[in-house]
Amino acid sequence: MQSDDVIWEIVGKSHCSFRVKVPEKNQQFCRNAYNLTGICNKRDCPLANSRYATVREREGVIYLYTKTIERAHLPSKMWERVPLPNNYMKALEMIDSELLYWPDYMIHRCKQRITKITQYLIKMRRMKLSNAPKVVPIKKKLDRREARREAKALRAAHIEKAIEKELIERLKTKAYGDQPLNVNEDIWKQILDAEKGKEKLDAELEDEDELDEEHELEEEEEWDGREFVSDDSESEFGGLSDLEDMEPAQDDEEDKSNDDGSEEEGDTGSPRRKRPPKTSLGKRKAIDDAKRPRKRGARVEVEYEEEQELVDPQKESIPSW
Amino acid sequence: MERRKLEKKNPELKKKRQAENVPMTIDNTRAYDPSMVTVPSGLHPKSTILAEFSARSKSTVPIKESSTVGSSEPSGSKVTQDPNPAPPPAVPAEFMDPEHAADIANDPFAAYFDPDSERDPSEPPKVLITTSPYATAPTWAFCDELVGVFPGAQFFKRKKKSFRSNAPPLGTIAGWAVKRGYSSLIVVNEDHHKPNALTMIHLPAGPTAYFKLTSVELTREIYGHARASPHYPELVLNNFVTRLGHAVGRMFQTLFPPMPEFEGRQVVTLHNQRDFLFFRRHRYMFKSTERTALQEIGPRFTLKLRSLKTGLPSNNPLGAPMKPLEMAKEDEEPEQQYPHIVEEVAKSEDNGEAGNSGGEDEEAEEESARVEKEETKRDEKKGARKGEEFAWAWNPRMDFKKRNFYL
Repeated sequence: MQSDDVIWEIVGKSHCSFRVKVPEKNQQFCRNAYNLTGICNKRDCPLANSRYATVREREGVIYLYTKTIERAHLPSKMWERVPLPNNYMKALEMIDSELLYWPDYMIHRCKQRITKITQYLIKMRRMKLSNAPKVVPIKKKLDRREARREAKALRAAHIEKAIEKELIERLKTKAYGDQPLNVNEDIWKQILDAEKGKEKLDAELEDEDELDEEHELEEEEEWDGREFVSDDSESEFGGLSDLEDMEPAQDDEEDKSNDDGSEEEGDTGSPRRKRPPKTSLGKRKAIDDAKRPRKRGARVEVEYEEEQELVDPQKESIPSW
Repeated sequence: MERRKLEKKNPELKKKRQAENVPMTIDNTRAYDPSMVTVPSGLHPKSTILAEFSARSKSTVPIKESSTVGSSEPSGSKVTQDPNPAPPPAVPAEFMDPEHAADIANDPFAAYFDPDSERDPSEPPKVLITTSPYATAPTWAFCDELVGVFPGAQFFKRKKKSFRSNAPPLGTIAGWAVKRGYSSLIVVNEDHHKPNALTMIHLPAGPTAYFKLTSVELTREIYGHARASPHYPELVLNNFVTRLGHAVGRMFQTLFPPMPEFEGRQVVTLHNQRDFLFFRRHRYMFKSTERTALQEIGPRFTLKLRSLKTGLPSNNPLGAPMKPLEMAKEDEEPEQQYPHIVEEVAKSEDNGEAGNSGGEDEEAEEESARVEKEETKRDEKKGARKGEEFAWAWNPRMDFKKRNFYL
């Protein structure tokens, strides 16, 4: 048998799962979805009132829920739900008709709820039209996880190395063209020479080599026989020493010996040539041999003295350039 | 110790050992993705990707590895017969995703990459940079930096809600930008007085990419930073592998002029690592044939793609005017015209007199509105507004597998 008082004795005075207390203000609220006002007291408790009515909204439609004692023994069918018309005035009239002879307090509260719900629905519809920014919740756990992963990815990336590698690749594959504006002349020449050296290595025929050398000699002929000679005593007395070194050196194309030796081989070339063996054609020997990269194969290195002040790439004192 | 001694004597041993024991990292044991267009670089010898390809290959096609999507290469009359760096070795045609061909056919960036187009390659593409509504100083500072990064960029503050009109939505702004000849729109979103997201919209009709923006460091915050010059930068796009990655990489390319000014020696890098895009801007100098010196200019930030939509941001069709009322025809009986209304009337009659509000048309619209509401709710759960379609969207469940990457 349903006894509201007994229920209230238990639920209201000892423990109710739906109750939320605010001790500072001595307030009690009810979290039951069917509560008419949301406050925990005997008049508003849906559990402790066998005859009860609420208004609730679902997906934009407002419903009137009623509970009577006749159905108290059928929990699944306890609440009777009626959709209220969209028209506000008509909805109020419907409340009056449905809750005829019910306590005035309940009718009044139901009507108040209809009013409030209608108002907030109108506001929601208007907000949707106004392109309000979408408010997305902050998920702390996800954010933390992503931050950690980002840090690890950064460490794994080695960005600067990758950029360096890519730039060097572009330089070597000549993506910057034949006369690039972003490279130092020395370095560009090194690359060109490296390529030429590679070409020479690939070429197996001696004829090809000779042709290359002939071209180089032709270039040097433009110098009108002028020479740049260093203090090095070896080169001064070029002649005999060159001829002596010539034959064995010619056979080994991959001779990795002295740069001096290789240069001279390049000059003099085959014994068929009638030109007097020159010492160093159009060359200026670098002071620091270690800096000059070691090369394989017969090759001519043409170095010019530059009048302009070169920006030394080794200098790190230049802050920006 | 002993091994170290041995290897000191014979460096070949060390190489051999290192070749045999390749450590497995998340990057080199990345999961295979059928939408991969280029083969990722630095794969582990036992990686599933290589295994997949070798299993499916009929001919012995050597699969070379790649690092970059493409770069702003010199094109045009300035350099003739320039052997461009080899394009990243593509996945052999036999196991390329068939959808990739469709992608190439419907390329939204075709106008930028078309060599025959009339646009001047030395003119930078116009980029419009703006913020979310009611942004504050930190975001504006970041936007100013962005204006320096993109040569053709202009920054405008977002128009506020005024007495006469609402704050114009992104869709409207995109429309204005198209009319004024902008090729891209970048919107920096602000939250808690910090820029937290970036939307890149390619303009004529192009895709909208929404990125999460993190780790923003402005130029002045970088120690020892270089000074930027107005030269057009070179681009380096690293590690874009899948179709989605390529789309994003090319979208980024369209923000810059196609022909860089090499005398400026500036590089802009977008490096993809585990789906995080690291943006850097450097000034470089070749120290030797093997080494480059890099000095960082300009802002540094990280992007993570959250979604890619195929069209422009929608122009709020929710506010569209309602369809004109259709009056009931006299011949037809109401039950035939509006069967669903008859149902509802029956229902409401059970519950007492529920007066039908004036006109059956309103009820019809109510019904259809309710149905539409359900559909939009479903779409909205995915995050799309009405009229927008996601080509790709991130959700947290994608993060569970550590080796699944999408770019």
